[in-house]
Amino acid sequence: MRINPKVSEKIAKVLIWAAALFVLTVLFAIIIYILYKGLPMINWSFLTEIPRNMGRDGGIASAIVGTLLVTTVALVLAVPFGIGTAFYLAEYTREGIVRRIIRFSAESLAGIPSIVYGLFGFIFFVMYLNLGWSVLSGGLTLAVMILPTVIRTSEEAIRAVPDSYREVSFSLGGTKWQTIIKAVFPSAIQGISNGIILGIGRCVAETAAVMLTAGGALRMASSLFSPTRTMAVHFYILAREGISMNNAYGTAALLIILIFIINVVANALVNRFTAKNK
Amino acid sequence: MSEHVKIKIEDLNIFFEKKQVVHGLTLDVRANEILSIFGPAGSGITTLLRSLNRLNELIPTSRIEGSILLDDKSIYDSDVSLTELRRKVGMVFDVPTPLPMSIFDNIAYGPRLKGEKNRKVLGEIVEKALQEAALWDEVKNRLKASALSLSGGQQQRLCIARVLALDPDVILLDRPCSGLDPISTSKIEDSLTQLKDRFTIILAPHNTQQAGRVSNRVAFMLMGELIEEGFSDDVFYNPKDHRTNDYITGRFG
Repeated sequence: MRINPKVSEKIAKVLIWAAALFVLTVLFAIIIYILYKGLPMINWSFLTEIPRNMGRDGGIASAIVGTLLVTTVALVLAVPFGIGTAFYLAEYTREGIVRRIIRFSAESLAGIPSIVYGLFGFIFFVMYLNLGWSVLSGGLTLAVMILPTVIRTSEEAIRAVPDSYREVSFSLGGTKWQTIIKAVFPSAIQGISNGIILGIGRCVAETAAVMLTAGGALRMASSLFSPTRTMAVHFYILAREGISMNNAYGTAALLIILIFIINVVANALVNRFTAKNK
Repeated sequence: MSEHVKIKIEDLNIFFEKKQVVHGLTLDVRANEILSIFGPAGSGITTLLRSLNRLNELIPTSRIEGSILLDDKSIYDSDVSLTELRRKVGMVFDVPTPLPMSIFDNIAYGPRLKGEKNRKVLGEIVEKALQEAALWDEVKNRLKASALSLSGGQQQRLCIARVLALDPDVILLDRPCSGLDPISTSKIEDSLTQLKDRFTIILAPHNTQQAGRVSNRVAFMLMGELIEEGFSDDVFYNPKDHRTNDYITGRFG
């Protein structure tokens, strides 16, 4: 049967709109429901006080700090190593068996369930290196976990930079390093930062791997070696143990807001950096 | 034009993997001349130009035999600094290739790589280069604007200015006017004729008319071989080789 092109055009349009509308509705429903339940819980004392009675009372200040600390440690390690590896893969190796092996490994690692990273972190960082349940163990584990994502997205971004930029830079007397820093990196930074933002999102949201490596302490972390609890873990425990659904929603709402803020700030930073090049 | 031989190419063969692109080419380029190397697409002209600043080496499968002397010194000697060679032998590509940064930063790119940091010195270099490329009057009030906002012809003059800012000896131009309108083309040709007093220019023209308009000497290449070279008038009005004649009169290519 042959459908009139005008009719098929209309049908396709309706179907595509319906798909997008359905997905957006589900997403917004979740976000709005959580904010509706959680926002009333958020006030000054919720943000600044340490949890009391296992989290039934008090705030979540120590979980906020824990989240930020663990995420920072993960980023400080994963970003430079990830970008460095990406540049190695994109600029210093030729398409060949080595690169294919590395890329295949990175892709496989990106697909492993986070609990496996958690187990690895627990055995290696917590037990073997004797770092204990700590900010450092949690951050190291998350760093390993997000590395593949950072590497893959950065490599894609670097390879998307037109070859003519490299040729121009070389033809003007640039060394390889100068070319990478001055001609390639500024053009790739947008894509690289997208990878980093993805990584931050995974760190902030991660539960299983952090619970096994950073612990679940309610008190404020005082050093890299203190055990801590992240917001995601706090939320999980509150909800799982039925301690306080209200505080759980409050934590979840704050998580959503935090991720939103990180996205906005990161985008603003990148835009400021690239604005003069547009 | 002087009699001094600036670049001496002898028995040059260039290969990409097993494919030979340039066959036993021998050619002298004299100081302060504009030499046009013309021929149909795929004649190996681009490859020849890119061998003079060793840009072919970016392609790992390329291989080169023979010798290229710049001021009587082989550019393949082990003590030759690659970055210095490329500053001495500047290149303008066939499509305008501004980097995604401001006009000023584009011109200052080369001098900065060399280590020049002084803002005032850079400003002088940029102004001089833009004037020589006949672009200064059009952009002097918006040096901070993105180079990508310029028109195609302006972008190509920017690329010429960017090369001039290196203070090179030799300038290679690989079909610099392909894709440009006639007015932009004539502006670029005008600046080329003014530049030859100070530079040695090797041009891959985008047609034989352009070769005739701007060059002192011309060379005709076909399938990677140098067929004929000589003064423009001799080659165009009195070609020695029938293939040159066929090409000029439009029988092929």
